[in-house]
Amino acid sequence: MDSVHSDRPGEGQHIPIALKILIAGGFGVGKTTLVGAVSEIRPLQTEEVLSSASEATDDVSGVEGKTTTTVAMDFGRITINEDLQVYLFGTPGQDRFWFLWDELAFGALGAVVLADTRRLADCFPSVDYFETRNTPFVVGVNCFDGIQKHSPDSVRNALDLDPDVPVLLCDARDRQSGKDLLIALVEHVASRRGDRVAAH
Amino acid sequence: MVADPRRSGQPDWLDMDAGPVVRPYTVTGGRVKPASGFDLVAFVVAAPLDRVDLAPLQPEHRAIIEVAQRPVAVAELSARVDLALGVVRVLLGDLLSAGLVASYEPQPAASLPDNDILQAVVNGLRAL
Ligand SMILES: Nc1nc2c(ncn2[C@@H]2O[C@H](COP(=O)(O)OP(=O)(O)OP(=O)(O)O)[C@@H](O)[C@H]2O)c(=O)[nH]1
Ligand SMILES: [Mg+2]
Repeated sequence: MDSVHSDRPGEGQHIPIALKILIAGGFGVGKTTLVGAVSEIRPLQTEEVLSSASEATDDVSGVEGKTTTTVAMDFGRITINEDLQVYLFGTPGQDRFWFLWDELAFGALGAVVLADTRRLADCFPSVDYFETRNTPFVVGVNCFDGIQKHSPDSVRNALDLDPDVPVLLCDARDRQSGKDLLIALVEHVASRRGDRVAAH
Repeated sequence: MVADPRRSGQPDWLDMDAGPVVRPYTVTGGRVKPASGFDLVAFVVAAPLDRVDLAPLQPEHRAIIEVAQRPVAVAELSARVDLALGVVRVLLGDLLSAGLVASYEPQPAASLPDNDILQAVVNGLRAL
């Protein structure tokens, strides 16, 4: 924290460190549900208003043809301690808002990719995105109605994941299950750096 | 929802890059250029209310100052004043130039949090 201006707003106030974790996956896979299950606040929404000029379209048919879209991103918060907060951002369901993903992924600690085994292909774009950017991620297989059609290993094979990427069965509505996903992610981040987070 | 029909016939406000002004951006006078900085999880803090002359400020600026009396993340600020992220960033840029808010950006992406922090997160999550 710099201290150039002694009267800078916030000077002397306690500024926590915020870590950002993304919750990604296909349409309707349970992203918002998961954010709500683990957040200490009711999930909030922030939105971004886009004109077609900011979308990756080739449509340059003039001003009249431009359209705008509002994309909502929902997020929640977990206060670890007075120095540390974790923000969980659900990614927009539609793939075409990639540049919003870029904003969300910027500086993120990592991501949870939710998968529904009935529609496994829906999470391919998320997996591709994080692999390409070298963002650490774990895969949570959301067992809708306890339907567990596939083992974690078969999901790993189907997604062609690196062997070190954790794959967990989960229930996005369940707080403990959501916590387990986040813990797996943070441990994965640490182990990718060669450190081990002590298990206690 | 490109042009407000009530304003049709009048020229759209135009921004060279972003095209016509969309209604949420009328509070910024049509400015859509994102102020640099103001990451989603940057914390902003406003000057104490009793030291700010609120009279000349727009209601949206005031709302931001009120919510940011305590450090608040940009995403959360946007949700709480119910304005789109881009709009909030433009208004925060105004307030920053006026010295009425400060922004504390998160660590750069390149410098991952150290192992103590990761350990604290794991312990904190387990203890929830
Ligand atoms: N049975 C069951 N239902 C779930 C589970 N997770 C989510 N749901 C339900 O599935 C529906 C979609 O969940 P959301 O959390 O809105 O999914 P989302 O990924 O945020 O959806 P979009 O943002 O629209 O892409 C909701 O009705 C949830 O209640 C689960 O683990 N089991
Ligand atoms: Mg959702």
